[in-house]
Amino acid sequence: MAEEPIISVRNLTARYGEDVILEGVSLDVYGGEILAILGSSGCGKSTLLRHMVGLDRVSAGSVVIDGVDITTCRSQEYHRTLRKIGVLFQGSALFGSMTIGENVALPISEYAKLDKGPIGALVKMKLCAVGLDGYENHLPSEISGGMKKRAGLARSLALNPSILFLDEPTSGLDPIISAEIDGLIRRINQSLGTTMVIVTHDLGTIMHVADRSIMLDKSRKGIIAEGDPHELKRLSSNPIVRNFFLRQAREPTAESESRS
Amino acid sequence: MVESEHDVPARFDVSMDPDGECRLRLTGRLDVVNVSGIQQEIMAAIDRHRPRRLLLDLCDVTYLDDFGALLISQLRDSVLLRSGTLRLANVPEHVQQMLSLIHFDEGDVCRPTFEKPTSDAVSRLGEATLQLVFNARYLVSFLGSVILSFGYAVVHPRALRWNDTVSLMEKTGVDAVPIVALTSFLLGLVMAFMAALQLRQFGANIYVASLVAIAMVSELGPIMTAIIVAGRSGSAFAAEIGTMRISEEIDALYIMGFRPALFLAVPRILASIVVVPLLTLFSSIFAIAGGLLVGVLMLDLTAAAYLNQTVDSLTLSDFLWGFSKSIVFAAVISWIGCLRGFQVRGGAASVGNAATSAVVSGIFLIIFLDAMFAFIRNYG
Repeated sequence: MAEEPIISVRNLTARYGEDVILEGVSLDVYGGEILAILGSSGCGKSTLLRHMVGLDRVSAGSVVIDGVDITTCRSQEYHRTLRKIGVLFQGSALFGSMTIGENVALPISEYAKLDKGPIGALVKMKLCAVGLDGYENHLPSEISGGMKKRAGLARSLALNPSILFLDEPTSGLDPIISAEIDGLIRRINQSLGTTMVIVTHDLGTIMHVADRSIMLDKSRKGIIAEGDPHELKRLSSNPIVRNFFLRQAREPTAESESRS
Repeated sequence: MVESEHDVPARFDVSMDPDGECRLRLTGRLDVVNVSGIQQEIMAAIDRHRPRRLLLDLCDVTYLDDFGALLISQLRDSVLLRSGTLRLANVPEHVQQMLSLIHFDEGDVCRPTFEKPTSDAVSRLGEATLQLVFNARYLVSFLGSVILSFGYAVVHPRALRWNDTVSLMEKTGVDAVPIVALTSFLLGLVMAFMAALQLRQFGANIYVASLVAIAMVSELGPIMTAIIVAGRSGSAFAAEIGTMRISEEIDALYIMGFRPALFLAVPRILASIVVVPLLTLFSSIFAIAGGLLVGVLMLDLTAAAYLNQTVDSLTLSDFLWGFSKSIVFAAVISWIGCLRGFQVRGGAASVGNAATSAVVSGIFLIIFLDAMFAFIRNYG
């Protein structure tokens, strides 16, 4: 991939108080690809994602999204950049007091100056796309975990962002629902050309969805491996990487791998 | 089979070998139920012999859990204290597995390490001071962002969530009417009753009406209402926003390009500023009604005389002071509620603390500001 990266992270250092979580992390994400950020729990995957989208302030380094360094740019420019990105949070982060339809409609009504009718139609299309047609009037508390993820996905796709960040899209879901979510992510990537950055430790997602992966490690506070996940699994000589793929293979997520 | 194993109680047997080694033989299940029963006896027996060398024969131990391992560890400690040695003999496979699971061979693994490190007074004072400074900084920056958001809402009125604001007015205002009315009515009743007991002695019955009216309209009405609103709505704001904070909903708002202060704080503050003065008015009216009841039933005043005296004793200035106070109280209660919500970090306990803190700081600020108002009115 010789083209310019759409996201470029350089020497990112992230710390919470005294604790350094990540140090000197550099990575590129290219347009249209699905990049998986792997690693065991507590290695800083979600932290990296939060810093990449500007939810937490970097201690050092830069994050350039589509030519804008969000760590130093003016607030207006940052807000313009935000229009290009969507985030699916780990717990879906749906607004509990609003229905699923209202949740999805919220960003549309804020940015696209449309009447109620067209917004309703768009919401219906988004919900159809994620397989939640007919659930517009349900509250988030009335639907299952997997449906919440779908609804969160529909909301994060509301304004058709060019980059989508997904934080553990399949965590807490059974292998069948996980595989469905994986398929959905792949379809969205193919049909809309959305660049995706997925934080996960689900081997099924990594193997079936990701074009490329980077692996973080807690002791190194940074990236220890990078490449096609299938090649990493087969060829990596790094014991941590091998261990990650081998140990995961013994866990139930492997079922989803063998099934599809 | 398992049943009968459970029935085997733990036993022990101590004997001294001719070569001076003390042999302790343990039998049966060394588990959470049995160990505590024999532990003291074993330790007492070992202390009697005070052996330099202890041989622990585990041949007939049918089951051992970490409570059993703790017993062995304590035996090891007591021998080591006398610079002696402990030897395990005939260790069954399952016991060996348990001991290796808890890293028994590493010696100090059985020392408790989970106590919270306690820092000394100086560093605690330092930490508390730093915390105070950070809080103050956050407080100022939040105040700034709320004021900016209000400014933004004035310029872009469509950006404000009017539907939310109206429903918050209903929750904060309409839903609070019964409790405000009841407490104020009873307050007026009690106040009039207490005043009547004194004023009747001087034949100044009619001044009960003045006392209730002036006290409620300029002082107690705004304070009582503000305290009720702080308890009902200030805490609710903190809990709602705090819960949104920990479930990443506020992060989601931010990423979607919304200003969380404009989206969440401004509707709450605006709703409070609109409804709290109205609630205060209700509060005064109901308190006067309470006073009227006492006046008519206890003091033989006519309703018309009581109400005339009420109207005569109130000035426009009393009304305006009460009104301005209630606006300031409303702004402060709702602001502190939202602030505490946005400050939530971590989990559910933090949400609870935020709700408590919203009420406590809200009530403190109400009393403090009331004192300031009194000072300004009398000396300003």
